[in-house]
Formats: sequence, structure tokens, C-alpha cells
Amino acid sequence: MARVWIFGQDINTDQIVPGRYAPYMLKNEADLRNYPFVEHRPDFAPGVQPGDLIVAGNNFGCGSSREYAPLALRLVGVGAIVAPLFARIFFRNALNLGIPCFTADLTSTLRDGQEVELRLEEGVIVTDEGQHIQLPPPPAFLRDVWAAGGIVPFYRQYGRFPGEAR
Amino acid sequence: MQTLSEQILSRAAGRTVMAGEVVTVDVDLVMMHDSLSPSIIRVLHEELGAERVWDPERVAVVIDHVAPAASVQTAEKQADVRRWVKSQGIRHLFDVGRGISHPVLVEEGLARPGMVIVGSDSHSTAYGCVAAFGTGMGTTDIALAAATGRTWFRVPETVLVRAEGRFRPGVSAKDLALYAARRLRADGATYAAVEWHGVEFLSIMERMTLATLSIEVGAKAGLVPPVFAEPGAILPSARAEVRRSALQPDFLQVQAGARYSQVLTVDLDRLEPQISAPHTVDNVADLSELGRVAIDVVYLGTCTNGHYEDMAAAARILRGRRLAPGMRMLVVPASAQALQRATADGTLMTLLEAGATIGTPGCGACIGRHMGVLAPDEVCLFTGNRNFRGRMGSPQANIYLASPEVAAATALTGYLTHPQEVEASLPSQV
Ligand code: SF4
Repeated sequence: MARVWIFGQDINTDQIVPGRYAPYMLKNEADLRNYPFVEHRPDFAPGVQPGDLIVAGNNFGCGSSREYAPLALRLVGVGAIVAPLFARIFFRNALNLGIPCFTADLTSTLRDGQEVELRLEEGVIVTDEGQHIQLPPPPAFLRDVWAAGGIVPFYRQYGRFPGEAR
Repeated sequence: MQTLSEQILSRAAGRTVMAGEVVTVDVDLVMMHDSLSPSIIRVLHEELGAERVWDPERVAVVIDHVAPAASVQTAEKQADVRRWVKSQGIRHLFDVGRGISHPVLVEEGLARPGMVIVGSDSHSTAYGCVAAFGTGMGTTDIALAAATGRTWFRVPETVLVRAEGRFRPGVSAKDLALYAARRLRADGATYAAVEWHGVEFLSIMERMTLATLSIEVGAKAGLVPPVFAEPGAILPSARAEVRRSALQPDFLQVQAGARYSQVLTVDLDRLEPQISAPHTVDNVADLSELGRVAIDVVYLGTCTNGHYEDMAAAARILRGRRLAPGMRMLVVPASAQALQRATADGTLMTLLEAGATIGTPGCGACIGRHMGVLAPDEVCLFTGNRNFRGRMGSPQANIYLASPEVAAATALTGYLTHPQEVEASLPSQV
């Protein structure tokens, strides 16, 4: 089972990882795993388990191009992020790192702390109350990038960019 | 008929493309700065297995985010970046003190109209000030672009902001940009480009104010049409060949009948100074609506409003006057050229005589890493582009975004102040 972590709208990259906690500023870059939401939600990093689900409001990840924001989420094993709209740089960074992002508004459907099962292959969330929530599939041309585990394995495997003719 | 983004991406893709299509394009320039370069270099070599960048002439590296270094860690990483730049044969390294990547690449003539420029910085929309398609990307995308000279885009729809009339005294490009954020909201142009029309009278760096704030409404790019009154008047400090290169390329112009997904018309004659209150950029109100807001520190700088024009606008208000008791005012020029110009014509002296202090050209405290980070409960009036909680230091600090004119007036009174109020009530000593 995965825990649901609910976040509000317009969550920006400074809230995900403040610039002061950038790998550039750290002695030990692996420490980044301690800092997702370090100031915005201090209970997140100590409590999150691999596979947990972030469910957020509109415009998730707005702000900076810092890939260490989604990287910090990957380091703690976030299973997927669900939000009605992702800021574009964050979306690309998450795609490139292989973090599944689904475009849907579940902030009032799910509760913070709720236990759910995420069936990534089918794009389905099954709640502890047995409710099945179908997530909209990502755009077809990006699905292969997620399937490959990110843009680097995708590019190394196919030698092309997403959307380019095979 | 095509928007500017469609024209530029068509040329870069080698075929006619329209909004909504996914294209792979050749990039003209890849920019990386000190903050993300170490990770870009690692991904390039270790993950992508590339030994060299695709074209060292088309990669620019700027040390601006923590410049000069603030700790042994940052100093060591900068030293690594310098060694790497040398080993790759990259000529375009702009080291500590040269300034912020965005104005520097424009001043150097590396960012030019019609180009596709990708940078490891969200405010790479800045290059739209010379009608380049500039966009920000993260570590892996930049590494991939540096390795291959290519990237992919979904060709964006375009939101048109059409300015009419002229600014009233004390109102400037920042107010137009903040007003657009107020109306479009933080996500209003997500996945889209913004075009700014009706602003041909602005200098290139004033256009950069608009272009940098385009990302704050979520935009992929923020372009000002390449219409220039007279090139010499626009980049007076640049070399002659740079000024020539800033002219409009034949293939790029505003086309009647281009499709815009949304049009926002702004009457500049009625625009008041705009203030973005904590903690989101689109939390904007007219200055007159806010009442008395006490300010501890005024910070003039960044790629949005740390340009020569901004220092000069502040100096016009500060001239012959002194900062309010207890007020601190930090000025961090956006580039060495801006600082030189401000030094040459006395602007800098005016700022110093008023009681302001000056930092090394670069990003300064914009990202809260050094050179003026904020303490809990401090209130900062910032000419930059983000007032996110914790952006400039303590998450308990409050950041108000405003124009350089409002910044200067506020530095004189100690509370948010309309520039014209100062003109009326505080006599100048000269
Ligand atoms: S001045 Fe601020 S917004 Fe501009 S590039 Fe530097 S850190 Fe980014």
C-alpha cells in the first residue's frame, strides 16, 4: 500500500527544495534525500515511503528549472505525482527522471494519509475503501519515455527524441 | 500565418510547424550556469556517455549564481567547471563578476533574434528580449542538448499581451509585467509562449524585464518582436557587430492573422505601480490598494530589474536624498557592462551617496544563497521576479516585488511608496 500526501496549489520548486539546499551548496550531494519539502512540510522526508503518492493542486512544480527538486522526490521513491496541471519545466524534468505524472484533480477525492494501491501499468488507483480511480494516460509520445525509465535510457535505447519518427 | 514561436521553431525544425505539433529542433545556443553545471557535466559524461559537447562554440557557461563563491563547496565546484570548460575547448566562459547569464549573452551578441536558446535556468525566457526563442530546462535536458545539439518541443500556443499608450511617470516595464501576471495568473500561459506587442519604445534590457517575467505565468518563451527604433540607441554599450546582429532577421516578423490563444490588452496610460505581495508572483495589487507596508531592506538587482536602466531610474529618484533611517539598500548590477555604464555617468555615485551599497554583478541574493539573505520576519522590497516563501532566505521573511522606481521611493521613506509621492514630499538637496 502507498500513502497519499496531499499538497495545495501552485507548489513551487522553492517549496519542494529551497535553493539553499541545492546539491551545489551541499558537502554531500546524497543528503538531498533529506530535503524534499524541508521547510514547507517537514514531516514529509522522514515519513515518506517508496511508492507513496503525491496528490497536489493546480500548477505543481512552478518556478525554477532545478532538476534536483524532482530528483529529491525520486531519491525518496515517490511512486507518482497526480495534479490537474504541471508546470512545464517540472513536467519535463520529472519525465526525464522517469517519475510518473498523471494529470487529474484528486485533491478532494483522496485524503492526506489515506492508504491506496497504485497500479502503474493500468493507471489505476485503488483506495482502502475499494474505490477504483482511473487515471488519464499520459500523451502517447511520452509513454515510451516513462516505460524506458527516463529520457537518458530512452535516448540510449532508441537514439531519438520523443515524438520523432522512428 | 504564424506566431514568432512558430516561425522560429519552423526554421529550427526545417519544416513549417504550427502550435500543438511535437518537433525535434536544432538548438543555436546552450547556456549553463554554475548552479547546475556540475550535474550537467556528470549526466553528459556518465549517463549519456558523451565525451565532448556537440559544438564548443555554441555552449556558453556563466558563473553567476554564487559569484564570488560563498563556501569551499561552491568554490571547488566552480574550479571543476573551469577545468571542464578548458578541456572541452569552450571559449564562452563568463566568470565571476561578468554578470547574470541572460544580459551577458545578449551583450556579447551570443543571443540573437530568431535563435533557439536553451538554458539551465527557468528565466532563459529572457532571450525573448531580442526575439530569440529562449527557454529553461533542467539538468538532463541541457546535458542532452549539449551532447547532441538538439532537443524536442511541443510547439506552443501563444498568449498575446498588447500594450497600448505610454507609461505614466513612475510606472515602467515591471508594472506591465506584474499586471500581466495579475490578470493571466501563475499558470495562465503554461505550455504556451507569450508575445509582448506595443513595446517597441522599450530598450532591450527593459524588454528583458517582460521576457523574464513570462515564466512567472508559466510560459515556455516570452518574445518581444524584433522591432528596434535604432540599434545604437538600444544597446549603446555593445560593440558595433553586436548592435548589427540585434537587427531583425528577414524571416522573423509579426504576421497579421497569426493565431493567439488569448489576448490581454493593457492600457499603459492608466496603469499604476503594481506590487506583488507575498508569497506568489501573481498576488498583485495596485500600490495604492495596499496601505502602509513597512520595509526593512530594498534589493535592486536580478536579470529582471538589475540593468543599467533600473539603476538609472532609481538614481533619478534618490538623487540628492538619503535613505530612510534604518533602511538598507543593496544594489547588485545585472552585468559588468551595466555597472561600468552606471559608473561612467555618475549613476553609481548617486546611489552610493544616497546610502545604497553595491554587490558583485550576478544573481546575488535572488535565490537566498549569499550576499543579502533575509532573516525571519524581515520584509524585503525586491526588484526581482520571485517572492516565493524562502526564496531569499528565511521562510519567515516576506518579499514584495516591485519596479526599480518604487524600490527607490520606498528606500527613502521606509514603507511602500509611489515614486511621485517622494517627488512631492521629500525635497532633494541638489
Ligand atoms: S538573477 Fe535570479 S532569476 Fe535571474 S538568473 Fe539569477 S537567480 Fe535566476
